[in-house]
Amino acid sequence: MKILAVASVGGHWTELLRLLPAFEGNEIIFASTKQSVAETLEFSKFHVIPDINRNDKRKLPNALYKIFALVSSIRPDIIISTGALPGLLSIIAGKIYGAKTIWVDSIANVKELSLSGKIASRVADRTYTQWPDLTNKRCLFHGNVLS
Amino acid sequence: MIFVTVGTQEPFDRLIRAMDEIVPELGDQEIIVQAPLKTYKPIHFKTFDFINPSKYNNIFDRADLIISHAGMGTILSALTKEKSLLVMPRLVKYGEHRNEHQLHTAQKFKFLNYINVAEDEKQLQTILLNKKDQKLMIPKKMGKYASDELINSLRKYITIK
Repeated sequence: MKILAVASVGGHWTELLRLLPAFEGNEIIFASTKQSVAETLEFSKFHVIPDINRNDKRKLPNALYKIFALVSSIRPDIIISTGALPGLLSIIAGKIYGAKTIWVDSIANVKELSLSGKIASRVADRTYTQWPDLTNKRCLFHGNVLS
Repeated sequence: MIFVTVGTQEPFDRLIRAMDEIVPELGDQEIIVQAPLKTYKPIHFKTFDFINPSKYNNIFDRADLIISHAGMGTILSALTKEKSLLVMPRLVKYGEHRNEHQLHTAQKFKFLNYINVAEDEKQLQTILLNKKDQKLMIPKKMGKYASDELINSLRKYITIK
């Protein structure tokens, strides 16, 4: 199976790497918002995607274009993201291109899902929260990135 | 060595100013600071906007104490490396973040006994001045990967047709 794993630089990326054993035995392709994070990867395919947040409306068309182009060229079977907005856009693109999509909301969101997470829980095939008290019918809890 | 790190996304001058004020009172203390600056220019140390990951890891490993914003990347690194971490959350009222999740993260992780938290600059300085007498909490070492429950759930979901 071909998996595209997407996370913005920083905490989102750190959380994504903590999920790696779940992907064993599959082809994995990473995407993040800064080239330098690829330094911590060995032997893996890596792509840079634009870094945007919801205050950057002007950058949205370009980001959408780049992310859709990436997803359409890779055609992954599965897209998984730990956030943030570029990850959500990847999930939406994945949905359109027929991938199975998974959102893992950041463990930083202890009181409610992130805004991207709330949207993802309506779009993605599966959404996880990392805190048991935040579960609802669209969002599961099965442990978190701590161990 | 104290390593101060606030992430590369946004400045956090309130933390840098607090550190700049207190450093002279900490005696002969090496300090390395990663922080983009907004307007404040510290006089007692230089700052780096960005430190590349391998160098960053190296400094992190060498540090006796990490001081940071309540960013999850830093918190997780400190937990896996068993480093004493003192966090001061970014707050919306100072325009340091879009929402209050750093405050909530800090409170939750403090409650679970993973990190030390300074709610504001005063508290940060007090903790640093007294740290010789009151030992800061060092977290229990955490593994490199997520909980088995989460890994297994994901693996199962990835595999099913």
